[in-house]
Amino acid sequence: MTAIQPQPFTDDSDSVDADTTPTNAVKGHSRIPWRFLGGRALFYLFTLWAAITINFFLPRMMKGDAVTQYLARNRNVTPEAAEALRSLLGLDTDKTLLQQYVEYLGLLLRGDLGVSLLHGLRPVTEVISQSLPWTLGLVGFATLISFAIGTIGGAIVGWRRGSKLDALIPITTFLSTIPYFWLGLLAIALFSVNLGWFPIGKAYGVGISPELSFEFIGQVIHHGTLPALTIVIASLGGWMLGMRNMMLTVLDEDYVMVAQAKGMPNNRVLWRYAARNAVLPQIQSFALSIGFIVGGTIVMEVVFSYPGLGKLLLDATNAKDYALMQGVFLVITLSVLLANVLADIAYAFLDPRTRQTED
Amino acid sequence: MKTSVNDTSTSRPAWTPETALINTLHKRRGGYGPEKPTFWTKLGSAFAMFRNGKSIAGLSILGFFVLVAIFADVLAPYSPTAIDNTARFQPPSAAHWLGTTHIGEDVLSQVIHGTRGVIVVGFLAAIIATTIAIIVGVISGYVRGWRSEGLSALTNVFLVIPGLPLIIIVASMFDDPPLILIAAVLGVIGWAWGARVLRAQTMSLRNRDFIQAARANGEPLHRIILVEMLPNLMALIAASFVGTVTAAILGLTTLSYIGVIPVTTYNWGTILNWAGAQGAFRQDQWWWYMPPGLCIAAIGVALSLINFGIDEYVNPRLRSAGERARAMKKKGLNVNDTVTAVRPATTASASASLTTENS
Repeated sequence: MTAIQPQPFTDDSDSVDADTTPTNAVKGHSRIPWRFLGGRALFYLFTLWAAITINFFLPRMMKGDAVTQYLARNRNVTPEAAEALRSLLGLDTDKTLLQQYVEYLGLLLRGDLGVSLLHGLRPVTEVISQSLPWTLGLVGFATLISFAIGTIGGAIVGWRRGSKLDALIPITTFLSTIPYFWLGLLAIALFSVNLGWFPIGKAYGVGISPELSFEFIGQVIHHGTLPALTIVIASLGGWMLGMRNMMLTVLDEDYVMVAQAKGMPNNRVLWRYAARNAVLPQIQSFALSIGFIVGGTIVMEVVFSYPGLGKLLLDATNAKDYALMQGVFLVITLSVLLANVLADIAYAFLDPRTRQTED
Repeated sequence: MKTSVNDTSTSRPAWTPETALINTLHKRRGGYGPEKPTFWTKLGSAFAMFRNGKSIAGLSILGFFVLVAIFADVLAPYSPTAIDNTARFQPPSAAHWLGTTHIGEDVLSQVIHGTRGVIVVGFLAAIIATTIAIIVGVISGYVRGWRSEGLSALTNVFLVIPGLPLIIIVASMFDDPPLILIAAVLGVIGWAWGARVLRAQTMSLRNRDFIQAARANGEPLHRIILVEMLPNLMALIAASFVGTVTAAILGLTTLSYIGVIPVTTYNWGTILNWAGAQGAFRQDQWWWYMPPGLCIAAIGVALSLINFGIDEYVNPRLRSAGERARAMKKKGLNVNDTVTAVRPATTASASASLTTENS
């Protein structure tokens, strides 16, 4: 079939890596999938550039700049001070768009995200670095837990197809169709207000400062349990369904049949043969859905008034603090990209086929 | 994921043979064949993926909400904004089936009127997103080389950039964003997943015999894509449409709840926003916050039921695996012991372990 149709581009790609092939072939299995990783690196650089460019244009598309908004809230600011603020925020109108763009990139490279009007002209980086650990800790932990439980559970449900465990799928799917924020509000109403098991919102209690003590850590865990639980409950269904569907497909493959025919223990067939192959698309969809997850959990922070990036973003949006908005969006995008890179590297080492494309 | 790239030609239910649709098209053109297909049989085969219990159940629930949205003015017992100071915070009664709000508005009427915004935004966003997904996905799947790779990279960028934070920022740029604008933003951000799935399937279709034959016959490109390919992509297009409706509805209600979209346009998220702001969750006014959330969940369940149906149509293993396993269980066999099932369980496992030792 391939002989009939013209494939003008395959020759191109072959010639590119022709010189690297022999050395790779000698090294054998231990070689690193450079070409795969290189392609991905290029893609991430492109995405990073796209995100930064979107970030640059967003405040320039807004009606009225940040300083006008600031002046509306603070009456006693002199025109000179307003002009100074404008140049401080990089909003001088006497420069061309290209000049502004180059300047913006330069500032970014130096790690300068501007100053936040909402937080008393403190640097945006400082404001963000206070919120970032909370989001990373809570969302990262809850997402990993949910992914692990969902994938393992999905593998088991897929293996015991036709049993009562099948009922888990519609239940978890129902839980994941409920909007995050409503689930969170219900959880607060039930567990915090009525039962009083967990505190309402915030990351730690009033009158305690962040320090490395048992009391503080206990408070953080106590405050974080409910948000983490709701994230896990809401996102479990997707992982479980995906893994179960992949398992059903993989279990029909010949190599599973052969493994069973050889008389291998069921446990080995399940985890080493079936689940190991079924988990690959799962990791890919994990990488791609990190953006969705982060978006959903931002809402969770609003519901639980958790002092993370999501709450920061919404406060900045309401106060029209564009520098902070831009900074938060950039940091969220960067974290999503970083998580994607990690998932990609894991995938490259788990799936031998990505290494085969080298040849 | 593998389910989406799965071979549709081998996975059609028995009542719609693979060539049914292509045949009808040939017959119309050439005028041969035993029976002339009517408009209805053609329509039926185009929507074959909905002909199963799960999809029909989901479509019925969805249809119910669409009807409620259309006839909201007739169905609602009160105006959603009618203030009645004599009936504030009232639990459900004969006069107000779902109770009243803090200023005596009828919750049932608000929920009924709120359906309209949800349905309109959900479908508009999905139409926009699906159109972009079909154009980008099919083109990047059909062409080769840098154009294909470029479109694929664009798709991946939109997949990776976190959508919700971006929507929050964009929506905050407008003082009173109309529903159409919100739908457009949700659609522009949500097309990428569908495009990715369609690209994979188009790439697999491109090399099938009937496409090769069409190309050898000298059929023009638009005819190959519209007449030969699109019918075979219908199931995936429907699935991505349904998925985008879900995402758009969740997005809209979330944005309304956190107050990014002003409260002048009524939808379920706005009701929850009011309920949250007036402390309904802390004061156990369940009649106020339960119905809108349950409605979102119900529509989510309906849409995922439709998608389950489509999934099982595209990949029959998902359906047959459970059925086969249950049938085997009835005969007293374990589905995971397919190979050794000829003997009683104890001797079977004994001989199984024997063979492992021998090998």
